[in-house]
This record gives sequence, C-alpha cells and structure tokens, in this order.
Amino acid sequence: MTWAEMQPLLQNACLDTLFMVWWSTVYTILGGLPLGILLVLTDRGGLLQNVVVNKIVGVVVNLGRSLPFIVLMVWLIPFSRFVVGTSIGPSAAVVALAIGAIPFFARLVETALREVDHGLVEAVQSMGGGTWTVIFKVLLPQALPSVIAGLTTTIIALIGYSAMAGAVGGGGLGNLAIVYGYQRSETGLMNITIVLLIVIVTLVQLAGDLAVRTLARRGGRQAAPVGLRRLFAPARTTAKPVATVPAQAEAPEAAKLS
Amino acid sequence: MITTTGLTKVYRSRGREVTALDGVDLHVREGEVYGVVGQSGAGKSTLIRCVNLLERPSSGTVTVAGQDLTALAGRGNRAGAELRKARSRIGMVFQHFNLLSSRTVQSNIELPLEILGVSGKERERKALELLDLVGLADKAKAYPGQLSGGQKQRVGIARALAGDPKVLLSDESTSALDPETTRSILQLLRDLNQQLGLTVLLITHEMEVVKTICDSAALMKGGRVVESGTVSELLATPGSELAAELFPVGGEPSGPDRTVVDVTFHGDAATQPVISQLSRTYNIDISILGAAMDTVCGKQVGRMRIELPGRFEENVVPIGFLREQGLQVDVADVKTPAPADELLKDGAK
Repeated sequence: MTWAEMQPLLQNACLDTLFMVWWSTVYTILGGLPLGILLVLTDRGGLLQNVVVNKIVGVVVNLGRSLPFIVLMVWLIPFSRFVVGTSIGPSAAVVALAIGAIPFFARLVETALREVDHGLVEAVQSMGGGTWTVIFKVLLPQALPSVIAGLTTTIIALIGYSAMAGAVGGGGLGNLAIVYGYQRSETGLMNITIVLLIVIVTLVQLAGDLAVRTLARRGGRQAAPVGLRRLFAPARTTAKPVATVPAQAEAPEAAKLS
Repeated sequence: MITTTGLTKVYRSRGREVTALDGVDLHVREGEVYGVVGQSGAGKSTLIRCVNLLERPSSGTVTVAGQDLTALAGRGNRAGAELRKARSRIGMVFQHFNLLSSRTVQSNIELPLEILGVSGKERERKALELLDLVGLADKAKAYPGQLSGGQKQRVGIARALAGDPKVLLSDESTSALDPETTRSILQLLRDLNQQLGLTVLLITHEMEVVKTICDSAALMKGGRVVESGTVSELLATPGSELAAELFPVGGEPSGPDRTVVDVTFHGDAATQPVISQLSRTYNIDISILGAAMDTVCGKQVGRMRIELPGRFEENVVPIGFLREQGLQVDVADVKTPAPADELLKDGAK
C-alpha cells in the first residue's frame, strides 16, 4: 500500500476519532459531573443526605461500569437510533461512548470531591452559604485539579474505546488498524496508526498534566516538572521547610473498564 | 448576647446513643470574651457548633443577639434562608483555619461577602480594610499555601469579620499554633473585642488562653457545664476547680505545727501589699509555698499558698486579718508530715 493510498484513509480515520472523542467527552462531562456531585451530596452525612437517591444513582453507575464496552455499544444500538436518528457511524458511536464513560467519570468526580476537606464546607456554611454555594465555591474549585486529572484519564479511556466503534461503523483509527492492519495484513498502515494513537494519547496526557500543574501552582504549591521533563528532572534532596503540601495526585493509571 | 438553655445533643449511631451535650445553660454577655474549657470529648466542640447550628441540638434553644436560632432551623438537615442569614452575622474561626487553597487571601476574605451579595468593588474595599486590620495588608494576593500558621489564622479572623458580625465563635483557634503565635493571635482577638465591641465565645483546652483573654469562663465535663462565671467570681468560689486550674498552687508544709492557707487575690484588696502588712503587724514569719499570680487590667489576680508558724488555733487572728482585707482565705487541706520524733517514740514502745 502506498502513502498516497494510505493518506486519505488515515486522515479520515483521524478526523473520525477526534470527532468521536471530542463529542463523547463533552457529553461525559455534562452527564458525569452532576452525577458525581449527586453521589457525594446524597451520601450519608452529605449536604442533601438521601439514602434512596444515593442507592439508585450508585446502582445505575455500577451497572454502567460493569458492562463490557463492546456489549454496551451493541446493546445501545436501538437507543442510538432513537437519539441521533441512526444506529451506525461516528454519531451513533458518540452515544455509546458517552454512556459508557459517564459512570466512569462520575466515580472519578465523586472521589475527587470526597478529597475536599469537610472543614471548608463547614466554614462556608458558617458564613451562611447554602448548598449551591458549597458546590460552586468550595467543592468544584477545590477539587478542580483532581477532576481535571480524572478527565484526562477518561479521555484516554475514550480514545481506547473508540477503537471498538468499528462495531457500529464508527470508523476511526482503531477500526482502521483492525480492518487494514489485522484483516488485510497491512502491517505498515497498522504501525502508522499505532504511532498516531500514541501521539494523541501522549498529547492529551501532557495537556492534562499541564492543566493540573497550573491549577496546583495557583494554590501556592511547589510545582513538579510536567510530562517528559519528569524523566530528566534532578531528584530533589532538600526538603522545603514550610508548607510541604503533598504533591498533587497524579492522574490514576488509565483503568480499563472492561 | 449568646444564651443557650437546656441544650442537649445526642448522637445516634448503630443503635448506640452518645450524649455530647447534657442540658447546657450558657450565658455570654455582650462585649465579653467567654472561654469554655474542658478536656477532649467534654462536648466543647459540639457546644460551639450548636451555637450557629452547624450541629442541630436535639433539644434546647440557642439565642444569639436576641434571635432564637433554633426556631429558624426548621426541619431536616438543610439550613433555610433565614438561618443562613443569621449565620452570616456570626463569625467563626477554626482550629485548622479552613481557608480555600484555590483562592487568594483577598478572595478568601471576599467569600462571605460574595455569599451576602456585596458588589465587587465594595468587596475588595472591605477585604483590604480587614487585611489591614489583622496586619496582613501586603499578603492580599498571596495564596494560603504560602502563609505561616499564624498568618493563616489572621486571614481566618479577617474572613470571619467580613460580614460585620457582633459575635465571633472561635473553635480552638490557637490550638494548632506555637506559643508565641498563640499570644499574638490572642492579642488580636482581644484588640478586636475592645475596638469593635465584639463578643467572643471561644473554646479551648489551654488554660493559658482563658487566663490571657477571657473575662468569663466555663468548665465542661461530660457534656455539662460544671462551673461558670467571671474569672474573679470563679476565684471567689471556694473549691472552684476552674480557679484551681487557672491558678494552680501547690506546696507541702515544711514541718509539723504549721498552718497552710491558700489566699485568693481578686478585686481591690489585691492591690494592697497584704502579706508584708501581716508579717509586720503580727511579727510572724511567713513563707510562700507556691503562688500563681497574674496582673489583669492593673490588678493582681491569683492564688498563693502561704505557711504560718504554729497550729491553726494559734493563727486565728492573722487569718482573721487577711479576711478583713477582703481576701479569700482557705485553710489548705494538706497532710502534715507525721512528726518524726513521735514516730520514733511509738517505735521505741
């Protein structure tokens, strides 16, 4: 296969992947963030303690997380048709990707919000702040670095899942690698695809780390080197005497859902 | 200014009941600094958190500045608009400062004003004014992570004052600080109390704090207030545990046939040099076994344990003299060491 033949294929696949990842990320944030907040608020001892709601949301989230993605995608075909009018193509894949990632992201948001010191919530309550004030002035701003780190993990997971979008004709890089690389033994094309995926994932991770670092530095914390520079940074031997806040949590390893 | 009546808080968890507050009646007068002391688990924290209803009392009422807060609470765990409004007029300072690390110092102080819906310009003016008041005018743009503990607590105090409260609650505000910083924070609280007429209710486990700034104090044990009153009232109360804790005296008599008395100084008599007068008038030698004295507002306050020669019966007149001077005199219940020669005689028999 010549480069001239490969180029349009790769270009289309790249655009499809970016399209699917971008839109599924947008819907994942829109769905996962409120769910994560709801999980924290309705929990025992939360501001809106409500055992029933908490249990229901928890079960729904766990259900979403327990299905293997490929099964979820196929199972969601009727739903995709209902939502976007078609059961094939990148748009249909976005529906499945978003629904697969929302519970995942919701759990990460929940974890991030739980890390916020309850004393801060109390302080704002003592000033006369209500639930909305607590969410928007305390929980979200304080948890923002962790939420961004969680989002980075989620986006990378979405890039991985998008490889399965081929099952519903979604296209994308992963599908290209399977159809041409595996089924037609076009090793060259497959290798290029793999390199492209690595580049995209690395860029996302670096951007995410940079955002987390910037936010953490805003809090007056000591900045650690970002991304690749981490490899070359000299080990710090002198401990800072004051205000040694634990280094900002690294984005957890990209966990697999299925 | 702050009155609680029959305040009770019972925690229920897994069928077990824990009574944190057991009918607490507290009365804090306007413009005074009131300290609540007690050991961990005595219910101090629960008490102060019940005052602004961060914790819902199981029964009893809380009145702050003439407003019955318990009546505003409503049912359920959520604070209604009225309670939130009332809370915004009560400042609170925390042991661990509870500043938002994502906001600058200035922005932290503006937070209560944002909640009150104050406009941006006004918020900034107020925040800078408060920073100046607590002596951190140059730290407006810093983040809490860049400040020392004492500076953080100053920001915490500035933030608590943003809503122009009449009442300041201090929840162990100096317990995480070193002694020197503690003193400077207490001094600041004292200044604010005097300059702004702020009523301060503080809880602490450090007697030093009470001694330094409190006009009145209460001692809590097992969810109850066992003693309360102004510092001189407490001193005047015979057998007051709090007074003994505040001004601890000790010391053993140096031999048999001695009278040991605890003299408590408070009020006007404390300015007279009574001990030397006593010595000269009755021509007796007085030894001081222990003393805990402090000068508060130009008056000496405290307790002293002195030893007079001779048995109690021989010292009735000098003790009467001390009482005439307006001092409180208690004959200390200390064990006189058994006279050594008598023991020897007993042994010889």
